[in-house]
Amino acid sequence: MSEQSNNERVSLVVEDIAVRYGNGHAALEGVSFSLEGGTICALVGVNGSGKSTLFKSIMGFVRPSRGRVRVKGLSVREALRKQIIAYVPQAEEVDWNFPVSVWDVAMMGRYGTMNFLRIPRAEDKRVVDQSLRRVGMWEYRDRQIGELSGGQKKRVFLARALAQGARLILLDEPFTGVDVTTEEAIIALLRELREEGCVVLVSTHNLGSVPEFCDRVVLLHRKVIAYGPTEEIFTESNLLAAFGGQLRHFHFEQSTIQSHDGRSVKVLTDDERPLVFGKDGHLEYKNREGREELLQKRKQEP
Amino acid sequence: MMEQWMVPFQYEYLVKAMVVCAFVGAVCGALSAMVTLKGWSLLGDALSHAVVPGVVLAHLLSWPLAVGSLISGVLAAGAMTWVKAHSRLREDAVMGVVFTTFFAIGLLGISLYPSQLDLKSIVFGNVLAIAPKDLWQVIGMGGFVALVLLLKWRDMMLFCFDEQQARVQGLNVRLLHAVFLLLLSAMAVAALMTVGALLVVAMLITPGATAYLLTNRFSRMMILSAVFGGVTSALGAYASYFVDGSTGACIVSLQALLFLLCLWWAPQHGWFAQRRREKEVAS
Repeated sequence: MSEQSNNERVSLVVEDIAVRYGNGHAALEGVSFSLEGGTICALVGVNGSGKSTLFKSIMGFVRPSRGRVRVKGLSVREALRKQIIAYVPQAEEVDWNFPVSVWDVAMMGRYGTMNFLRIPRAEDKRVVDQSLRRVGMWEYRDRQIGELSGGQKKRVFLARALAQGARLILLDEPFTGVDVTTEEAIIALLRELREEGCVVLVSTHNLGSVPEFCDRVVLLHRKVIAYGPTEEIFTESNLLAAFGGQLRHFHFEQSTIQSHDGRSVKVLTDDERPLVFGKDGHLEYKNREGREELLQKRKQEP
Repeated sequence: MMEQWMVPFQYEYLVKAMVVCAFVGAVCGALSAMVTLKGWSLLGDALSHAVVPGVVLAHLLSWPLAVGSLISGVLAAGAMTWVKAHSRLREDAVMGVVFTTFFAIGLLGISLYPSQLDLKSIVFGNVLAIAPKDLWQVIGMGGFVALVLLLKWRDMMLFCFDEQQARVQGLNVRLLHAVFLLLLSAMAVAALMTVGALLVVAMLITPGATAYLLTNRFSRMMILSAVFGGVTSALGAYASYFVDGSTGACIVSLQALLFLLCLWWAPQHGWFAQRRREKEVAS
């Protein structure tokens, strides 16, 4: 029943919020942006840029001293009550030795709609079953969560968000400790959620994966440095403004690459996807597929 | 020969003590599963000492024990929160300062009114000579805690496992927090009447820690720890007749023994099982 009422489009509007910590330091200052249903948005910034504070404000854990957050036109409180918001925690935040199974964790996503005793009904079991199958974790339903691989762990918590029937899904660093195959599986699932009209907000410092699957970006450094469609926002200058000196740069102008090598240059990285910029400081993508429009536009550039 | 072992059952006060201990032990056991998982063992220790002034106050003013313990439990929890928020001290130091202060106030109270209060029975417990009035209060508090756990254990599980998720789903986390503290204070007093203030904390941690070594499921862990708490407490009270020693010490020693057994021989998380696995991996 909650699922049906939640199936409409969702929106997230953050209006000029400011958050101060107890010691008077500003964590966020005048942050505004808005997202419509059917969006995957990356929240990008260095550690301490206020990403987690912003998440906490959206979840109502932190009360902004100014401004407000509206979810689907509702206050955060009401949105939480209607199970619109789900949160997928960072791996470090979870006690992996806790005696719960994969099934138990996914079932926790149903608590908000269960009765006083939280005894699962047939409907709850059906939804949990379906959510676990969708993330490919059904076979592991009886495993204790600590016995899973990094990617499987992530998928369990995604299943919990699915079981909750949430429309605004917040993911905190979903790709740390996850191999490339799982990363792609998670991205595929997030794309499905986008098709279903969800708003997916991903906090990440894994820059390279952002252009792969995020339509929009919020660059954060206490304030919003830039916000909008990924191709427009992910420019060298914006990223420099957000990250300051914290990024490593590798330029290839003076490299040993020969002109007869053409475009076939391989970039290896041990952990995260690299971000590759072309000569004019605009973003280069790995695949041309699906980017025909962009290619056309760039062809016309001098 | 057999008759000798049946002797304790001929004394009504002993049978009563065994039943009370079993009941309090079982409820403490169930609660201890949550205490260990939430990482509140130190807090349990703190509260078990902090309720002493409440017990003293209740005795002196003839209030119900529950009221006295609630007041001092809430005051102690509040004091810890306040000191932590307004100093740069770490949590363990804050707890240490606050709970010893409360304990000292309690002991001071006892020493000021030696005719009305018995230091030994508060510190070491005296379940064998428990007054009927206290007995009913202990049973009442235990029953209340058992009922709350039975009805709300799933909420408590989520609260222990992932507080943020509980909040995101609109559960009242502050209320759960307060209820948890309330349950802890209530059981601290109930256990204080049986094993004494010094050993309460064992009742609130050891059965849960033991069960944690044996299972990967929360519900099973709660049942196991309740069974451990109940059985060891009844047996401890029974054994205290033969060794002619303190009931509380017997109970807690049994719990420690069981814990050690599981620490070594638990099928999956025991020391021997872990070593076997390491060897398998190595070969």
